[in-house]
Amino acid sequence: MPKLYRDEAVVLRTHKLGEADRIVTMLSRSHGKIRAVAKGVRRTASKFGARLEPFMVADVQLYEGRTLDIITQAESLGSYGAEIASDYASYTAATVMVETADKVTDDDGSLQQYLLLVGALRSLSRAEHHASLTLDSYLLRALSIAGWAPSFVDCAVTGAPGPHTAFVVQLGGVVADTVAPPGAPRLDRATLDLLASLLAGDWDAAESSEERARSQASGVVAAYVQFHLERSLRSLQHVDRTVHS
Amino acid sequence: MQELIDELGRLPGIGPKSAQRIAFHILQSESFDVTRLAEVLLEVKEKVRFCEICGNVTEQQTCIICRDPRRSAATICVVEEAKDVQAIERTREFRGLYHVLGGAISPIDGIGPDDLNIRKLVQRLADGTVTEVIIATDPNLEGEATATYLTRLLVQPNLRVTRLASGLPVGGDLEYADEVTLGRAFEGRRLVEQ
Ligand SMILES: [Zn+2]
Repeated sequence: MPKLYRDEAVVLRTHKLGEADRIVTMLSRSHGKIRAVAKGVRRTASKFGARLEPFMVADVQLYEGRTLDIITQAESLGSYGAEIASDYASYTAATVMVETADKVTDDDGSLQQYLLLVGALRSLSRAEHHASLTLDSYLLRALSIAGWAPSFVDCAVTGAPGPHTAFVVQLGGVVADTVAPPGAPRLDRATLDLLASLLAGDWDAAESSEERARSQASGVVAAYVQFHLERSLRSLQHVDRTVHS
Repeated sequence: MQELIDELGRLPGIGPKSAQRIAFHILQSESFDVTRLAEVLLEVKEKVRFCEICGNVTEQQTCIICRDPRRSAATICVVEEAKDVQAIERTREFRGLYHVLGGAISPIDGIGPDDLNIRKLVQRLADGTVTEVIIATDPNLEGEATATYLTRLLVQPNLRVTRLASGLPVGGDLEYADEVTLGRAFEGRRLVEQ
C-alpha cells in the first residue's frame, strides 16, 4: 500500500513533464520541500491545475512514489496567483521570493520559512505595500531565518554599538570604522534606517522612506542575497522596480 | 548506446527511463526505419526556420500566413509558441496575422522580456496599420504575467489590446484547448485595462 499523507503547501515552481503532466515543487508546512507529480493538469479542464500554479497555497493530499510523490487532491487555501500576475512588478518580486525559498529550504523544510513566504505572497497579492519593499523585506527575513541575519546598527564584527556607515556584505552588515577595510562602501543614514525597518517589519517607517534610500537599500539587499546563496538567483536581475505614482 | 540514451534524454519531456526505452526500441524493432528518421531530422533542421515577420515556423523567409493577402493586417494575435498558431487556425475564428513570442516571461528560468520576440512586435505596430492586438498567451501564471507586461508596453493611440476570454482551463496549455472552447474564447475576448 502506498503511503498517503496530507499537508498545507505553497507552490514554488512547476515544470512540464511529458505531454500533460507537471512536476510541482512545493514548500509545505510540516513535510519540508516536496517535489510531486500532478497528472493531466495541462490537458484537462480540471480545476486541479489552477490550484497548483506557482504562488498558490493549497491543502494537498499525496501518496509517496518511488522517486516523486503523486498529488491526488488539492484544495485551494489561498489563491494569490491571478492578482500577482496582473501586476508585473508583483510578479517579478514573487518570482524572486519563491526562488529564494527554494534555495534556503531543504527536505526538512522550515515552518518559519513557510509562514514568511505565504505572508509575503498574500501581502503582494493585496498590494499592501510597494512590491519592491515587500520583496526586500522578505529577502532580509528569509536570510535571517536561514541564519544569515544582517546587522544594520551595531558592528557585525565587534558588536560595537552603532550607528556605523561602512557596509561590508562579506562581514555581515555594517562595521565599525576600526575594522572597516579601506574603501568599504558607506551607506546613508536613511538607507540604513530603511533596511532596519524592512528587517523588523516596521512598515510605517518603511513606507515613509524616500525613493533614493529605497533604491540604495534594494542594491544592498541584492548584494547580500547573492553573496549568501551559493548559486545566484536567476530571477533577481528581472525584477521590475518601476516606481508607480 | 549510452550516447544515444543521453542525446534522447536531452529532449523536452523525456526522462532517463523513456530515453532508454526509445533507444532500445530503435535498436531492436525491425519495422523501425532509422535511415528515414535521420533523413527527416536533417531535412527539418535544414529547411525549417522562423518567419522574419512573425516568428512562426516556415520553410521560406516568411510564413504562409504572413504571405496570404486575404489575411487582415489590422489584427495581430500574440501567442507563445508556433504550435499555438496551429491550434488557433483549427478554430477558423481568426483571419488576422500572428506574432509568436517564443515562450513566456519566466524569470525563475532566466527568461525576461528581452529574451522573447517582443521588440519585433513593437516594430510591427509602428506604422499604425494594426488596430487590435489579441493576447493569446497560455492561461497559466507565466502566460498571464506576459500578458500583463505586454498590455503595459503596448499603450498607444488607436490600438485596442484584448485578451482571450476566460473559460480556458487555467493551468493548461493553449494548444490542448479544444476547438470549440478556443473559438469561444476568441469571440468573447475582452478589452484589457491599460
Ligand atoms: Zn509569419
